[in-house]
Amino acid sequence: MRLVGLGIALSVVVTAAAQAFEIEEQRLFPSPDGTDGAVLKVISTTDTEIFTPLASAFQAQAPGVAVDYSVVSSAELDRALRVEGAAFDIALSSAMDLQTKLANDGLVRTHRSADTERLPDWANWRDQVFAFTQEPATIVVSPSAFDGLEVPRTRQALISLLRSHSERFQGRIGTYDVRESGLGYLFATQDSRNSEIYWRLTEVFGRMGAELYCCSSQMIQDVAEGHIAVAYNVLGSYARARQALGDPIVVVEPQDFTTVMLRTAVIPTSAESPALAGSFVDFLIAANWEWLEQGDGTPFAPILASGEGGDPGARRPIRIGPGLLVFLDPLKRKRFLSEWQDAILQR
Amino acid sequence: MTADVQPSGSIRRRLTLQLLFSAALLAGLLFAVVQNFAREVAEESQDSVLLASVTSILDAVTVQEGEIVADIPYSALSMLGNVSDDRVFYRILANGEMLTGYADLPDMGLSEGEIGSVAATGTYAGESVRMVSASRRIALEGGPVEVVVSVAQTRSGHMRRIRQISRDSLVLGIGFFAIAALFAVLAAQSTVRPLNVLTGSVSRRGPQDLRPVTGSVPSEMVPLVRSLNRFIARLKITLSRSEDFIAEAAHRVRTPLATVRAQAEVALQRVEKPENRQSLKDMIRAIDESSRAAGQLLDHAMITFRSDQLEHREIDLRELVMETVERLRPVAGLKDIVVTVTSPDRLSIPGDAILVQSAIGNVIDNAIKYSPAESDIEVELEAGSERAVVRVLDEGPGFGDEDLHNATRRFARGRNSEGTVGSGLGLTIAEDVARAHGGGLGLRNRTGEKGACVSLVLASR
Ligand SMILES: Nc1ncnc2c1ncn2[C@@H]1O[C@H](COP(=O)(O)OP(=O)(O)OP(=O)(O)O)[C@@H](O)[C@H]1O
Ligand SMILES: [Mg+2]
Repeated sequence: MRLVGLGIALSVVVTAAAQAFEIEEQRLFPSPDGTDGAVLKVISTTDTEIFTPLASAFQAQAPGVAVDYSVVSSAELDRALRVEGAAFDIALSSAMDLQTKLANDGLVRTHRSADTERLPDWANWRDQVFAFTQEPATIVVSPSAFDGLEVPRTRQALISLLRSHSERFQGRIGTYDVRESGLGYLFATQDSRNSEIYWRLTEVFGRMGAELYCCSSQMIQDVAEGHIAVAYNVLGSYARARQALGDPIVVVEPQDFTTVMLRTAVIPTSAESPALAGSFVDFLIAANWEWLEQGDGTPFAPILASGEGGDPGARRPIRIGPGLLVFLDPLKRKRFLSEWQDAILQR
Repeated sequence: MTADVQPSGSIRRRLTLQLLFSAALLAGLLFAVVQNFAREVAEESQDSVLLASVTSILDAVTVQEGEIVADIPYSALSMLGNVSDDRVFYRILANGEMLTGYADLPDMGLSEGEIGSVAATGTYAGESVRMVSASRRIALEGGPVEVVVSVAQTRSGHMRRIRQISRDSLVLGIGFFAIAALFAVLAAQSTVRPLNVLTGSVSRRGPQDLRPVTGSVPSEMVPLVRSLNRFIARLKITLSRSEDFIAEAAHRVRTPLATVRAQAEVALQRVEKPENRQSLKDMIRAIDESSRAAGQLLDHAMITFRSDQLEHREIDLRELVMETVERLRPVAGLKDIVVTVTSPDRLSIPGDAILVQSAIGNVIDNAIKYSPAESDIEVELEAGSERAVVRVLDEGPGFGDEDLHNATRRFARGRNSEGTVGSGLGLTIAEDVARAHGGGLGLRNRTGEKGACVSLVLASR
């Protein structure tokens, strides 16, 4: 479960009989003015709790709209739209590669508005894939586990530290199981593209008996609770949210390079209310600007924010484009995963 | 007299239109060529990126542990994203079997067994795509395997570039046309300029200027100017022949009339019977009328022809008036009329002495003819900077109201002309002469006094 640990209100785990894809959680935000008019059907990989303030903000602006929110894994999202042709008005996902492939394969609609015009080039692909957040992949460490040691700021520093204190960190490292997690796979493949150091790091993780996780939230929780000392490639947005709630963690953006994921929205061709979906996209983009201008605590890292504490020069936003199709290629994936397994499962 | 020439189009317009037409044709051609060229270049550039992508994928297809592996380089597809936001499809076939990629990507061109690369345009996923395929043979245990890699990209970025290029080349074409059109108008203008110059120089001439056209003209116009000059020369000859003819005719009519009149006078001396005398007197009067009419007619004709070829010699107007008055003094003496002349010391004008004298003569003759006996006639000469005026004032009855307007018409005689010999051409002659000398004839009655005032105005330079 991808939860942040907040109370779950009114949410249900559903597996609708008609649907062959698995919905983890579904929630209806009824229209504030009580009319049962338009319904915006959202399919998303984002936890309901994180989405809730966004839904309220949107409904404050469009009081006649009910929001039907379904949380799925990124792979299920892809399956729902690609194979099932499920009718959703908008798909929000952290899996940029799958979103891009949906657009590339002609499964999404084009949307153009004054707001989409404001997006920088790299945040808008074909007026079909719209990035609305910037979320760095961070290293989360438990300060207590690093007692007396300096918190590493680069991957090289992390490798050296792990090598010199192998006993202390044995079995206390966590990272994504890239076979299971789409986001983990995306981060890993982009890391491997950026630097050879990724493989060395993975090998070290393998030797240290790294724990493999499905999701960022689980990793953060384990760091906070002291089960593991270091979590690698954790979504910075989630980690900072937890940090703000008082969890004893330190969030590090690696200074050699920080892979930045862009959370994206697409409007599927199966959308029943594409116009409403378009206005939601505009809302996401505009809201982002507002958050950026206000600079207060934000549910999402705004698309243009330079990041807190991170080195803007080290940030490598993943480019939306045909390059993302490469690691989705089954042969390529197979090859990458076998290499990864060789590195990490060497016990 | 001049027949109206119907223009059949205009050289300048025709030339301008022809030049504009060819400019438009060239501009269109330029547009087409540039656009075509740019389209090819754009197509080639898309092909070359696609080929680079295909080649890098092809290079990444290898055999590992008896299995064909394709390790597609990240750049193979991301490089296509650098060019445009177009959709990208790829496919790897091994011996015709699908290895990976988009299985339903249509075959466009590359036939089996062909080694090399081929580019084609087709439709996939509802869009026009450009696809490049290349193949390579790799050795596997079971024998050689033919690997075909195809990469396709939608063409909207490409189309956008082509549209941009079309717009640019359209602007280029229009710009070219505008400049060419400007030059066309200027060229047409400069082409007809010599014609306009010739027209100007011919039409600015006075009606009697029959000199040949000199001055240089473009070679194409030389034949025209030559025939114009030949025509002028012929006209000149015809005119001088007519003048000779008139002089001859005048002589031939006047002389026998004079003889007949002399005979009638002689007969009048001899005849005593009053009724016979009366008919002879009537005869003499009729002869006078005829003689006067013939004389005036021929004078008028002579004046018409002379003024067509007016000779501008310096003439002393004062002298001429004096002479004329002297010549008419006997006629005035018959009626006891005194003619006085007032004049500045010197007054000369350019003109034809014979014509001017004839005009003055006719005006003074009228004054004598229509004045009562024992009256005075004043002839005043006045010299202005531009014109000279000969004013003849008499004490006669003056012009009738209608006559003021009609008197200069041919053969028009006034009411007061009864009992006088005349043809009605005198003032016509005077006016024609005045006009030929850049002036005119003014008729009015004297204010406050009885009598007519006739002013003959002549240009004095
Ligand atoms: N000085 C004048 N006073 C009054 N009437 C005049 C005078 N001059 C001309 N006219 C009138 O104008 C008419 C036209 O004159 P014009 O000299 O043309 O003809 P004409 O004298 O009748 O004939 P012609 O001069 O040819 O022998 C005359 O018939 C006469 O009636
Ligand atoms: Mg007269």
